[in-house]
Amino acid sequence: MVHTLKVNGQTHSLDIDDDTPLLWAIRDNLGLTGTKFGCGVAQCGACTVYMNGKPLRSCVTPISAVDGEITTIEAIAGKEADAVQTAWTARDVPQCGYCQSGQVMSAVALLKENRKPTDRDIDLAMNGNICRCATYVRIRAAIHDAAKALEV
Amino acid sequence: MTAHDIKLSRRSLLGGAGALVIGLHLPRPARAQSSAAQAGKAAFAPNAFIRVGNDDLVTVLIKHIEFGQGPFTGLSTLVAEEMDADWAQMRAEHAPADVKLYANLAFGVQGTGGSSAIANSFEQMRKAGATARAMLVQAAAQSWNVPAGEITVEQGVLRHASGKQGRFGEFVEAASKLPAPADVALKQPANFRLIGKEGAIKRLDSADKSRGKAQFTIDISAPNMLTVVVARPPRFGGTVASFDAAQALKVKGVVDVKQIGSGVAVYATGMWPALKGREALKVNWDETAAEKRGSRELIAEYRSLVRTPGMVAGKHGDAEAALAKSDKVVEAEFVFPYLAHAPMEPLDGYLEWDGTQAHARFGSQFQTTEHATIAAVLGLPPEKVRLDTMLAGGSFGRRAQVSQHLAAELAMVAKAIGPNRPVKLVWTREDDLAGGYYRPLFVHRLRGAVKDGKITAWSSTIVGQSFFLGTPFEAMTVKNGIDATMVEGASELLYEVADFACDVHTAKVGVPTLWWRSVGHTHTGYAVEAFVDELLQAAGQDPVAGRLAMMGKAPRAAGVLKAVAELAKWNGAGPVDGRARGVAVVESFDTFVAQIAEVSIGPDGEPKVHKVWCAVDCGVAVNPDIIRAQMEGGIGFGVGHALYGEITLDEGRPVQANFDTYRSLRIHEMPEVEVTIVASTEKPTGVGEPGVPPIGPAVANALARLGQVRPRQLPMVGGGVV
Repeated sequence: MVHTLKVNGQTHSLDIDDDTPLLWAIRDNLGLTGTKFGCGVAQCGACTVYMNGKPLRSCVTPISAVDGEITTIEAIAGKEADAVQTAWTARDVPQCGYCQSGQVMSAVALLKENRKPTDRDIDLAMNGNICRCATYVRIRAAIHDAAKALEV
Repeated sequence: MTAHDIKLSRRSLLGGAGALVIGLHLPRPARAQSSAAQAGKAAFAPNAFIRVGNDDLVTVLIKHIEFGQGPFTGLSTLVAEEMDADWAQMRAEHAPADVKLYANLAFGVQGTGGSSAIANSFEQMRKAGATARAMLVQAAAQSWNVPAGEITVEQGVLRHASGKQGRFGEFVEAASKLPAPADVALKQPANFRLIGKEGAIKRLDSADKSRGKAQFTIDISAPNMLTVVVARPPRFGGTVASFDAAQALKVKGVVDVKQIGSGVAVYATGMWPALKGREALKVNWDETAAEKRGSRELIAEYRSLVRTPGMVAGKHGDAEAALAKSDKVVEAEFVFPYLAHAPMEPLDGYLEWDGTQAHARFGSQFQTTEHATIAAVLGLPPEKVRLDTMLAGGSFGRRAQVSQHLAAELAMVAKAIGPNRPVKLVWTREDDLAGGYYRPLFVHRLRGAVKDGKITAWSSTIVGQSFFLGTPFEAMTVKNGIDATMVEGASELLYEVADFACDVHTAKVGVPTLWWRSVGHTHTGYAVEAFVDELLQAAGQDPVAGRLAMMGKAPRAAGVLKAVAELAKWNGAGPVDGRARGVAVVESFDTFVAQIAEVSIGPDGEPKVHKVWCAVDCGVAVNPDIIRAQMEGGIGFGVGHALYGEITLDEGRPVQANFDTYRSLRIHEMPEVEVTIVASTEKPTGVGEPGVPPIGPAVANALARLGQVRPRQLPMVGGGVV
């Protein structure tokens, strides 16, 4: 059936099956490929998007269950996003880079909730995002850098 | 072959967009010229590796695939160094598949592996940069009417004492008309501004990768493209007996279903219909020839075999005699499971063809052989096939395919549906984890003798599969029937032991296996370093001092061990306050790495790795921060698998199919890491793999000091098929 979907400020009508995961609607139907497929079972976090500003695993969210505005890595903006992406680049966090969209989405969401996360806060917010290159040391450091940058 | 040879033999003139463009005449339009022409910009392409635009950007064509280890940045650093370019003007992109221009000088074919990117490119890319610099200088000299020798170059600016100055872009057109110099001098290391300099460069790919802009194979789309998933046999060696596609074809978006060599392919308008179609597909598998043994059976067989002598892989003195007459013999048996690489981006590929020519795009790690495979499957002459390498979401060995199975499947999928239907083949995580090509299962049995505080005899027997025997790559690593990758790190030790023997049995098992980040060292590093530590403990020796005492003939190994001991302020293994320290040192791919892990037992009973100190000697350190990143990542990869990684087979079927059961290291399990790079003037060697091997045994050795037995079977947590 036809589903109406608001993504990154634009409204789309998509004639796709009800059970189509949001991930594939975003990637295949809307052509927004920054959001990645890693596992399909909400284990790795590569597919993280926001629904009404809250992180969501798009790979297990059927289009019929989408109930709000979706934001993807292509459209994140604001102080937290700038701070995180600047810190990610300054620290040279990415290696292969494939999981990093999801990592950045989770990190920005964390800083929106908590401007001064502890290591424990970072563990809790980020442990749903797998990085097979194990860039975790730099992810942690970059989140602290971003938090510092947001203080001023 | 040097860049210089290529240039002299392959020069030609090409017209482009109103400007004269000089460069290589390639069988197909060279990327250096064609993209410049598309952009409508003049470009100077002094050789196959460099393109300078009149916009002042220097683009380096990278012959190695970038999947995290940093060749885009590393090879560009070498070029920028010799060009005296400003780092901000550097860009990188993959070179097309072309063995004549872009061979790995260590392999003779185009390909990436063995941590060889920097090692084989070090001189080649510097010469390419120096040539470009010389031609730009010459162009400026003619323009300013001054001697070339009086022109200096700094951070992309050419200057003369007369006050004249200009940037590269201004001399692109004039430089394009010049002959290349016959020979160019390379900088003396004392004059390096980028190589080895802390903070001088940042990765070229970080910004795009932090913003979701980097383009991977899975991101490709094209008009009329079909997404393809393949149903493959649940047991290795199974084949399609029959299939019924009726239900699959009823799924909205499914376009076709075809049998191919590797299974049954479902073609659809997108990934979700493809997956639903595959779910609805009924396939009967012929498992007559399939491997039906499980991990339990294989381990039992290997354990029996490991007690018999195998083929001799290394020997000096008489270990058997020495063990027989020793009154203190220590024995240990280690079991290593099958492991999946599980790169974050599962395997995928894109291919379009019209029946007479084809264009493939994917994360190709062995371009030359994959190019040939695609041409062969499609029945096209090689010059009618173009292969472009994409960024890939990790590999860890998975994309370096001895069997060429992905390239073959991609071409088969395209061929089966027919011309003019571009295809994107995508593997799911389940396809990946249950799809074989694992690090082989291994069993090691070690015996050692200790006398008067010294290790006097050492014998090891190894049982596992070879992924080389019987393949076209056999000549590379197999000598006298022994696959060197099975015994590397075990057939010779860093330590002097008077009586030594290492032998090996090659088991015949129908499970496809493959190299996995650091190859044989993934298991030999653990067996050797856990066992030497056990013997030193039995001999009453300190793990660091005891090792150093036996390293008289391994000065660089001793060097990293001393460096890591200093970094960690080593003062014995402990434990102190419930935390103990374990040491390991491994040489792999001519790079030396020593690590010290600080470990406790967590409240859940699992080992907790708090901190890892790491010293690395990789010769000249080109990009110190990338070296540190690779050590950090290698340690994380190694910790994750030593603690949690395991693919088990049940009656031949893989049990783990996704990250819910194939446990991958997460951020809260990642130790703090501190790295020191040992200064060296030796030629540079790789860092992509060598960070991995020491960490498993370092953790095991720490556990031993916490009163546990060094784990005899990996993974340390949750494993235990016995």
